[in-house]
Amino acid sequence: MITLEVNGRTHDVDADPATPLLYVLRDHLALNGAKFGCGLGQCGACTVLVDGEATFSCITPISVLPGRIVRTIESLGTAAEPGPLQRAFIAEQAAQCGYCIAGMVMRAQALLEKNATPSDAEIRRHMAPNLCRCGTHMRILRAVRRGADEMRAATPGLKRAGS
Amino acid sequence: MSLTDRRAGAASAPSIRVSRRGFLTASGALIVYFSLQPWARLEAQQPSAAKLPGSLDRQPSLDAWIRLDADGTVTVFTGKAELGQGIKTALIQIAAEQLGIDPAGIHLVTADTSGTPDEGFTAGSRSLTDSGTAIMHASAQLRELLIARGAERLGVVAERLQARDGAVVTEDGRRVMFGELAATSAPAAGARASPESKLKDPQRYTLMGQSMARVDIPAKLTGGAAYVQDLRLPGMLHARVIRPPSYGARLAAVKTDAVEKMPGVVKIVRDGSFLGVAAEREYQAILAMRTLAERATWEERGGLPEPSRLHDFLRETPSNTMNDLERKAPTAASIARTVEATYTRPYQMHAAIGPSCAVAWLKDGTLTVWTHSQGVYPLRKALSEMLRMPEDRLRCVHVEGSGCYGHNGAEDAAADAALLARALPDRPVRVQWMRQQEHGWEPYGPAMLTQAKAGLDATGAIVDWQYEVWSNTHSTRPPRAGNLLAAQYLAQAFAPPPPQPLPLPEGGGDRNAIPLYNFASARVIHHFVPAMPVRVSALRGLGAYMNVFSIESFMDELAAVAKVDPIELRLRYLDDPRARDVIDAAATHFGWSNYSRARGRGRGFAFARYKNLAAYFAVAVEVSVERDTGRARLVRAVAAVDSGQPVNPDGIRNQIEGGIVQSMSWTLYEAVGFDSKGITSSDWGSYPIARFTEMPDTVEVQVISRPGAPFLGTGEAAQGPTAAAIANALFDATGVRLRELPFTRERIKASVAT
Amino acid sequence: MNVRTTLAGALLLSALALTGSADRPASAAGAATEHAFDRGLVARGRSLAALGNCITCHTSEEGKPFAGARALSTPFGTIYSTNITPDLETGIGRWSEVDFRRAMHQGIDARGRDLYPAFPYDHFTRVTDDDVAALYAYLMTRDPERAEVPPNRLSFPASLRSTIGIWKAAYFRPGVYRPDTSRSAEWNRGAYLVEGLGHCGACHTPRNALGAEMSDRALEGGEAEGWQAEGWQATALARDSPARTRWTADQLYIYLRHGRDAQHGTAAGPMAEVTHNLANVDEADVRAIAVYIAARMPERSPPTEANKRSEPASADGEVIFAGACAACHETPGTISGGTVALGLTTSLNAPDARNVIHVILEGLKPESGDKGPMMPGFAAEFTDKQVAALVDYLRTQFADRPAWNDVPRQVAAIRRSKEQQ
Repeated sequence: MITLEVNGRTHDVDADPATPLLYVLRDHLALNGAKFGCGLGQCGACTVLVDGEATFSCITPISVLPGRIVRTIESLGTAAEPGPLQRAFIAEQAAQCGYCIAGMVMRAQALLEKNATPSDAEIRRHMAPNLCRCGTHMRILRAVRRGADEMRAATPGLKRAGS
Repeated sequence: MSLTDRRAGAASAPSIRVSRRGFLTASGALIVYFSLQPWARLEAQQPSAAKLPGSLDRQPSLDAWIRLDADGTVTVFTGKAELGQGIKTALIQIAAEQLGIDPAGIHLVTADTSGTPDEGFTAGSRSLTDSGTAIMHASAQLRELLIARGAERLGVVAERLQARDGAVVTEDGRRVMFGELAATSAPAAGARASPESKLKDPQRYTLMGQSMARVDIPAKLTGGAAYVQDLRLPGMLHARVIRPPSYGARLAAVKTDAVEKMPGVVKIVRDGSFLGVAAEREYQAILAMRTLAERATWEERGGLPEPSRLHDFLRETPSNTMNDLERKAPTAASIARTVEATYTRPYQMHAAIGPSCAVAWLKDGTLTVWTHSQGVYPLRKALSEMLRMPEDRLRCVHVEGSGCYGHNGAEDAAADAALLARALPDRPVRVQWMRQQEHGWEPYGPAMLTQAKAGLDATGAIVDWQYEVWSNTHSTRPPRAGNLLAAQYLAQAFAPPPPQPLPLPEGGGDRNAIPLYNFASARVIHHFVPAMPVRVSALRGLGAYMNVFSIESFMDELAAVAKVDPIELRLRYLDDPRARDVIDAAATHFGWSNYSRARGRGRGFAFARYKNLAAYFAVAVEVSVERDTGRARLVRAVAAVDSGQPVNPDGIRNQIEGGIVQSMSWTLYEAVGFDSKGITSSDWGSYPIARFTEMPDTVEVQVISRPGAPFLGTGEAAQGPTAAAIANALFDATGVRLRELPFTRERIKASVAT
Repeated sequence: MNVRTTLAGALLLSALALTGSADRPASAAGAATEHAFDRGLVARGRSLAALGNCITCHTSEEGKPFAGARALSTPFGTIYSTNITPDLETGIGRWSEVDFRRAMHQGIDARGRDLYPAFPYDHFTRVTDDDVAALYAYLMTRDPERAEVPPNRLSFPASLRSTIGIWKAAYFRPGVYRPDTSRSAEWNRGAYLVEGLGHCGACHTPRNALGAEMSDRALEGGEAEGWQAEGWQATALARDSPARTRWTADQLYIYLRHGRDAQHGTAAGPMAEVTHNLANVDEADVRAIAVYIAARMPERSPPTEANKRSEPASADGEVIFAGACAACHETPGTISGGTVALGLTTSLNAPDARNVIHVILEGLKPESGDKGPMMPGFAAEFTDKQVAALVDYLRTQFADRPAWNDVPRQVAAIRRSKEQQ
């Protein structure tokens, strides 16, 4: 039995401790956000936050997670009440098939929580581990920038770059 | 914003429920819905006498497309599928506009063999042309039926009535809701569509032509259930297939005893060389798959062509020669100079981010398959043949997958799931392909070879044009069982049917092989190569990507010889004002006439009308090149597109931006690797695609609106011209003409060095 | 003569004595950019530049090729590579061929100043005049880039350029390579390339406290990318090679050419760039290098019982391996042409864990758009303790060698140095 903290709630998971977090999120906890894209840590469709860092949930065995904080896109908001970054993606219509998007949002979230005013170059470099095949990149970049603005507006005391 | 409220969200949710009771109720209700309601009978699809608009011609019953409930809910049915191209939203806009109702009042049902029209495949950028047109007319005709009923009810002549906000209204404000008009009987029941409709005046559109927010995006951004991968059915098993190490390998032996005892393993299914395993939990299935793979021995066949001789292979292998165009000038021209060039394209992958997935459930003799296949009806036929089950015992329901960009592994995953579900009756079985399996087994876009030759007279005019293309078929899609991967490996295997060329005007390998330019003398020859050592099928654009790349590169080569501006040269041979308009818009917005070339930079241009009958598209690009590293980057792209009456302009822009970026990736990076034994591209390391660090600075798209004009398919318009524009820009930057796709760093470095 | 003049004269004399040579004029040559170079010569220079890996040191992450400004951290501080594009103001556009040869052979720039031996002229001194001419032709025909290089940040007394003369007097032996007539032509070609342009010893030879290569321990293992910081270990290539099985010349050729040998491992970190450049040079040159290096390696014997460890492998590490690594590393042949069997990899058999830690934390990332082995880095996924457990498991389970010391500290130090970059 492995105890996980996901989106602020504790779960006792009865699973092989080597099980990658992705399958526990999707199959045990019925969370749809993180997606299976490759299972090899190469595409980022499975990206979630662990202790505030963007991680590939497909190569993170749950054995390494007790005592660490896991957050998925479901923690950022709902369709009825989306969070600032989700609102930005909706406003920019930053999706085609949308399969990569939850991973993109979580990767961006990790950046914006550390650096509220990233440069364009910083955003591109930071997002590079995540793949999009539909070619939605330009919109995603606009959405991240817009999300940075929305998050700053929502949280006046947010950290500035470099702090 | 009302347009993204819960009703609209409900319109996009797949027709499944999470709880067991909920699910059974839903499927039970659906069966009742179709067999008991008298006006819900599906008419047999008969071709009609006078041609009906769009897909109405295949399915002329109005109520197959649009139905009105007594509570005012409008259900619209389409045989097309949402692939991420925004078709759900666009169809809702069309129906709502023509009918006169808020989009939130529309419930849209997509491709489902138990209830929607059969519109073949969602492919060829035909969704709006086929389904959009049908729904537009059907909605308009339903509106008129409602107005006729309203006229009776209100005692006002129909001409003085309008349909607005879900009601029929008089000039003096009296109204009767649609639902009331449907209280006693369905207005469209038994009605047959007419060839003509009273369509709404485009100048008064409030929905069509607006960038309404996509109905499916909010769920995808907030962890809602949106994909076939998100289906969770009661008692569902997780399954994996063990694929052979290479094409045509035979499963000689497999030791299953240890795997049978692994935790959670429910069943191992072997049928000839088809091998699968089902387990209670997903990770258990993965572990079982790995262990089974280690304990399987295969006899491999190999026999792939030598990679460096791939295009010689295409040229030398027996082919069927088809004369696509034979146009002779009235008088023979005197050719002062001949220019020739040969271009090549490797196999390229769909490479969907989400590997294929399907869920199948055999229950009470009916097999339901939830699939992201682009064609649920052809799939059902193929499954019926493979399983030897009658079609009416099979149901295929489209649920979104990740973008597929054509015929990828979706149908094959469905076949896998069907086979496993048949071996495990009463339990839903979910098959998820692994990344390596999707990379290795999906049918690729075919390798192609093209040859262009033109004669110029003394003034530099193009007086003769000859173009040849060598290619495999661009479709090995169902409806035959032999088109399904698993079926080819069963003990009683189904052989792939002999490949066929797709007929013109759409074409396959020769799609867009006939240039739109009005050359007085022109010949286009399609060498159809049946032998397919590598599995191939439709990849977005089909032959258009390569043919437009070749033709538009060649036009620039001719412009250089004739010493004419490349855009000016094209305009000399184009009369179609819509073609000239997109060219003009792209060139102007790019700043073509006052471009100054910086060191290491270049500009390029290209134009095409997709299939010579769909959207018009032109693009101007700037690239940067580093001679010493061979690194090339698309710096900016400025495009113009004419899709006829735009339904959702932002949707058009989204598709075009995406097409430009996707084509940039194909053109600069992508080639499927293989050796004599088999495919070597097994992951993202061995098949790299463009990442954020390679993205351009800007991509701009101008949408030219033609109110009231027929819809023109747009999803595949950008890929071919973008490739040529990049090639032309690289030539402008380096003086080197690249003709072999993709333009990898090594190729650019090597050609610039010599 | 007054006191001040005498004092000034004395100071001047001592300064000259310190610098050690009064006969080094600044270059009087004009810009070389007007010269037209024979295309064959330029092509040969291109190949030689790839062998010498010039572009890697002389290009920064965001900068243009050969425009310099790449930071090299040494025990003496940070030094930045120079702009060697033919830019007239910020590059070497005004250098004559004589100037260039003097830099390569004697470590002196066009202004007559000593160059820091971070530019490995202790190797380049062996390059023939003809090859220097070809390199010059190649560099002079690159695109000039105007780019100022940041000033070096070296600690005293290394910050005084005048101290280089002392260092040279002690450790620098100039002179073009002289063939060993008792050896084959191919071996000599390999020796010429390895000891000269290839400057392999610059990473693969240990250095003394003053930063000079220890000639009696040539190619017995050194540091790269961080040079005694928590950088990569440049594996011993000679007698002390830790390779599980002896490298044959054929295997070395494949590794150098393609970045991977199925019996030894994948080129990672700084070596990835080297093999990338070697992919395009003359095949015969890469073979020659392989022949020369292979000849220096000893026969390998399998580990004896005394070497095997008694404690079991880390249980935590085993679970981590199963969930995080097995997907790629237990099914060789399905990812990117197949992962190398872990037990055979040199890094798992090496004297310390540094290279394994680097790979686990950073992964393997091909350059944008290039095919190549792709492995994720696990810095975010694992804590330091978890990395150490995994490293311990790998060492025991696959290499079957004595446990490494100091792994937890190294993991923390490598992670810290990554974060500081």
